[in-house]
Amino acid sequence: MSDLKKEPVAEKEPVAEAATEVTEAAEVTEATEAVETAGATETAPAAVDPRLLVREQGLAGYLNDFKRRVRGGELGSLPVIIGLIVIAIVFQLKNSSFLSADSLANIGVYTSGLGIMAVGIVFVLLLGEIDLSVGSVAGVGAAVWAVLSVTHGVNDNLALLIAIAVGIAIGALHGFFFAKIGVPAFVVTLAGFLGWSGLQIWMMGKEGSINTPSGSLVESLTGYYFEDKAAAYGLALVAVLAYAGSLLLDTKRRKAAALPARPLSEILLRTGVVAVISFAVAYVLNEPAGARGLPLALVLFLAVLVIADFVVRRTTYGRQIFAVGGNAEAARRAGINVNRIRISVFAISGMLAAFGGLFIASLSGGATKNLGSGNTLMNVIAAAVIGGTSLFGGRGKIWSALLGMLVIQSIQQGLNLLGMASEIQYMITGAVLLAAVVIDSVSRRTQKTAGRT
Amino acid sequence: MSATPVLALRGISKRFGAVQALTDVTLEIHPGEVVALVGDNGAGKSTLVKTISGVHPVDDGAIEWEGEAVRIAKPHDAQELGVATVYQDLALCDNLDVVANLFLGNETRTAGVLDEIAMEKRAKELLDTLSIRIPSVRIPVAALSGGQRQVVAIARALIGDPKIVILDEPTAALGVEQTAQVLDLVERLRERGLGVILISHNMADVQAVADRVAVLRLGRNNGVFPVEGTSHEEIIAAITGASDNAVTRRKARTDQVKKEAGA
Repeated sequence: MSDLKKEPVAEKEPVAEAATEVTEAAEVTEATEAVETAGATETAPAAVDPRLLVREQGLAGYLNDFKRRVRGGELGSLPVIIGLIVIAIVFQLKNSSFLSADSLANIGVYTSGLGIMAVGIVFVLLLGEIDLSVGSVAGVGAAVWAVLSVTHGVNDNLALLIAIAVGIAIGALHGFFFAKIGVPAFVVTLAGFLGWSGLQIWMMGKEGSINTPSGSLVESLTGYYFEDKAAAYGLALVAVLAYAGSLLLDTKRRKAAALPARPLSEILLRTGVVAVISFAVAYVLNEPAGARGLPLALVLFLAVLVIADFVVRRTTYGRQIFAVGGNAEAARRAGINVNRIRISVFAISGMLAAFGGLFIASLSGGATKNLGSGNTLMNVIAAAVIGGTSLFGGRGKIWSALLGMLVIQSIQQGLNLLGMASEIQYMITGAVLLAAVVIDSVSRRTQKTAGRT
Repeated sequence: MSATPVLALRGISKRFGAVQALTDVTLEIHPGEVVALVGDNGAGKSTLVKTISGVHPVDDGAIEWEGEAVRIAKPHDAQELGVATVYQDLALCDNLDVVANLFLGNETRTAGVLDEIAMEKRAKELLDTLSIRIPSVRIPVAALSGGQRQVVAIARALIGDPKIVILDEPTAALGVEQTAQVLDLVERLRERGLGVILISHNMADVQAVADRVAVLRLGRNNGVFPVEGTSHEEIIAAITGASDNAVTRRKARTDQVKKEAGA
């Protein structure tokens, strides 16, 4: 500009024109620069780093994000949900009573006991360890309850609490040998698997089985149904409202903090899906002929799931479990008491195993010498893995226990309805487990090429 | 610079089996001071840092914190005092996202529940003030590049408002621009009155930001030099031990004699 001012006076007009042009040009450049810098703060990393996760606003952005995740190998629960739908369609075509109220309530009740044990396994898998003793601990839990309550006449509730406490103690003992002594968890819990089933058989004595007394708490664990229709619908309503409320609250707080938040359309979509599922389940449990209402077992299982999910995702303790499962040395250096986490996680696994054992006792009408033996352990571990929890630690969701157990129980229920022999069931469940792990491995390989783990 | 050092190590010794990693090491850090800790591989720099941060408890010697004797037996003790460490082998959890890693062991809670929003906000602010650019604070650390992981690891050290920050070769894996950013960051820490222990093999970095240079050689102190007025060569000589031989000792003696004669 200073150069222009030095121009002769005669050419004043053109200069003025030129000057305005220059100013305009300057303004334009400034504007473009401003746009560019504004854009740069948002999009520049995208140019630098193609792995950037910028969610566009609105539902379209959500769908794009979802597509990108699937392409990148982050399948999440998608394969399991598709699998469940396929299972439902196939068995319904073969036998129209598969989706009947009775059959679905059966699946719900049978899912509960093993599902609760699977939640314990998910905790252990998050650490990157394995607990092979859950079947035996379930048996010991049931045996302790039965011997105390029936043989020794201890108060029923007290006996139940003692059984669960024994589960905690056994789990903590496994954790102690693993964390403090340094014995691999595989070996500790394998020894536990043998040892505790020995204790169970010894406790059950000569008779080998103790029947559940009628009217006892354990009998009602799987035998009690809330026959009032309001129970199932009310629970569904509470679940939907709580879900929508937590999403809305989270979004409000995020917006207040000027952080990227979920668009309203996504909240509506998610809430809609949850509402459809919960009310469909409530309807099937309540309305069709032969429906008995909401099973207590399902309520307890859902309670365990919700509490465990809260602990894992929303508390410091849960964060520490993920940290130890991801990188134990980093966790230690961050000041986390790694041994305490390990011992407590095994204690949780033992506690839930004993609790699940009481469900199994309730279903089978009593504690026996071989309760929890056979394929209980394998079903429980398979459920956690089919549901999508990694065997290598640090990755997984509590809800995978529910999804995986639903897959296993649906297959068993369907094959039972078709009158298939149990050997066929074993083979098919084995194939499903293998398929789940194959999907997991393939998706992990895709994730690696997409820069994620 | 205040008279009492915020951290003083006196006569620290550490053994690993038959290896005497540290022998009678002394080090003082004052607030608002950057002390570079240099030495060859195996000189004991990392071990010394690990004794301060509680990873390896000391066998012998005293640690004083603001003039009072303390014991640092585990990482948590060091954190309680206000020592934050950025390790050479980055201590990050690959499976956790950036926010979770930044706050690991030091989570923000409201009523016992993790306050993800407060943590995410603070994380963004912190990363912004350090002008650190990462794709998103909600992606797992495994998806970040080496340089990005390094800056996350350094940012992590600043979350708990420490009084001393230990950086173990912070620039070793970084490019030119990131190195400059880290050095800027070190200076900003000093301005905030923090004591910084900087381990580095890169003399240019050391001379750019450090106030004093403490040299370790074979697990022992081998001199503390002010950066101003000390040449590159003198420090290198102290690191390699090149100055410690019959020739230099003789030279020192004759210089001394000459000086006395001159005076």
